[in-house]
Amino acid sequence: MINVENILSTLRMFDKEKLDCRTITMGISLLDCAHSNGEIARQRMYDKITQKAENLVSVGESIEREYGIPIIHKRISVTPMALVAGASTDDDYVAFAKMMDRAAKETGVNFIGGFSALVQKGFSKGDEILIRSIPQALSETEFVCSSVNVGSTRSGINMDAVRLMGEKIVETAELTADRDCIGCAKLVVFANAVEDNPFMAGAFHGVGEPDTVINVGVSGPGVVKVALEACKGQPFDVVADTIKKAAFKVTRMGMLVASEASKRLGMPFGIVDLSLAPTPAVGDSIARVLEEIGLEACGAPGTTAALAMLNDAVKKGGVMASSHVGGLSGAFIPVSEDEGMIAAVRNGALSLEKLEAMTCVCSVGLDMIAIPGDTSAATISGIIADEAAIGVINNKTTAVRIIPVIGKKEGDSIELGGLLGTAPVMPVSRFSCEDFVARGGRIPAPIHSMKN
Amino acid sequence: MKAVITVIGQDKIGIIYQVTSVLAEYDVNILDINQTIMQDVFTMMMVVDTTKTPVSFEELQKKLEEKGKEMGMSIRIQHEGIFRAMSEI
Repeated sequence: MINVENILSTLRMFDKEKLDCRTITMGISLLDCAHSNGEIARQRMYDKITQKAENLVSVGESIEREYGIPIIHKRISVTPMALVAGASTDDDYVAFAKMMDRAAKETGVNFIGGFSALVQKGFSKGDEILIRSIPQALSETEFVCSSVNVGSTRSGINMDAVRLMGEKIVETAELTADRDCIGCAKLVVFANAVEDNPFMAGAFHGVGEPDTVINVGVSGPGVVKVALEACKGQPFDVVADTIKKAAFKVTRMGMLVASEASKRLGMPFGIVDLSLAPTPAVGDSIARVLEEIGLEACGAPGTTAALAMLNDAVKKGGVMASSHVGGLSGAFIPVSEDEGMIAAVRNGALSLEKLEAMTCVCSVGLDMIAIPGDTSAATISGIIADEAAIGVINNKTTAVRIIPVIGKKEGDSIELGGLLGTAPVMPVSRFSCEDFVARGGRIPAPIHSMKN
Repeated sequence: MKAVITVIGQDKIGIIYQVTSVLAEYDVNILDINQTIMQDVFTMMMVVDTTKTPVSFEELQKKLEEKGKEMGMSIRIQHEGIFRAMSEI
């Protein structure tokens, strides 16, 4: 028989330590839906998405029930829309976003990602139209998530795209100002974006992916936190080992969900993304894990080192549990979605600059950060450029998901609701980078991109 | 399929009788039982085979949950795969 202690410990993780499977994300290629007539293209896409994902939610729910694993979200990611919509003669892609929204509603998923463009080296016709459509698209849809890749280690940074995205983030905030600027919570600017990320808002279905695929994202900061409580005062070797063991168990759960979902839906399994993804609930926080390692508050000196070790140990434990680990895989540090991060910002322990340092070693980047509504587009572009540079030089994914909250200033906060949480408005540097951003062009790829 | 039933709550007379009578009613075969009192809490675990049960897994789950409510205990049935996945290499 299975060991009684193991059964109880598994049940405890689900009941008390908030372990869950964050998402089953179905990737769907829309490349075969392209058409010069936008209306025909949209109909083809809608039909394909709703047919392929018809049973996604019900299969997810049946796995949840049978195994007793909470599966929080079911999501869809599609081919970057700029690539497919670019074949049409349309000069505005808002209708494509609305089609995605309708398909999400029809299939019952929580989000649909892929209103995206990959412009690390330059814009194709579709890319530019898509980016210009983002503010309106996000303000007129509910479930659509958008992402733009502006840089890569291989290509450098497209500074024209960086400038444009600063402007689009401000416009998106303005158009959704009546809803706490929520449009910006669904818009990510990436460097080194990955093609198989199941997490939102940055999920899209890369062109190297199969026609359809099942990717799974796990969660589990609570499990790591509780495991670490048992090794107070122990050296880092013990801490790293404890994290590895917890990550192994969490990833095994993800692997089980992924293989079951792929079998029941008749689609290939892609990857398990073994990210530690926090939620605003108490006991589900990355900041509290870092504090458990010995910090008075997240943001104190030592935070970056603790996060580096955490991120690395999570990967090491996870790769043993699944042969196909992918996506972003590591520790996320979104501010609004993490109860401990919110507290650290409020008590002055955590600044934007410290968060930037932390993004050098976490799995993604500056995430879910509210900034004053009067922040200029150029300043946002500057923040994006800095973040992209960290990713491009260090050969890792970085991202910016930042919310300039119209009408609010430092010290205010916004309620985004659900998993998106509460965001305290953080101060940004008051010094200008207008001339830097105005240059445009491309920052060349780093020397170590030439590996052939 | 093999499933794990966990029964947790305050100890009282007749717990095993009440749970197993539901299982017998639905043709669920018990493969193994393990019962213990942990920190004054009654904890029972069973490995069962649900292959012959005429009802759906969901329905069986509901019946056991109802029985649990009636007895003032938590009764859960889950596919055994989750416990194996998380505790075996």
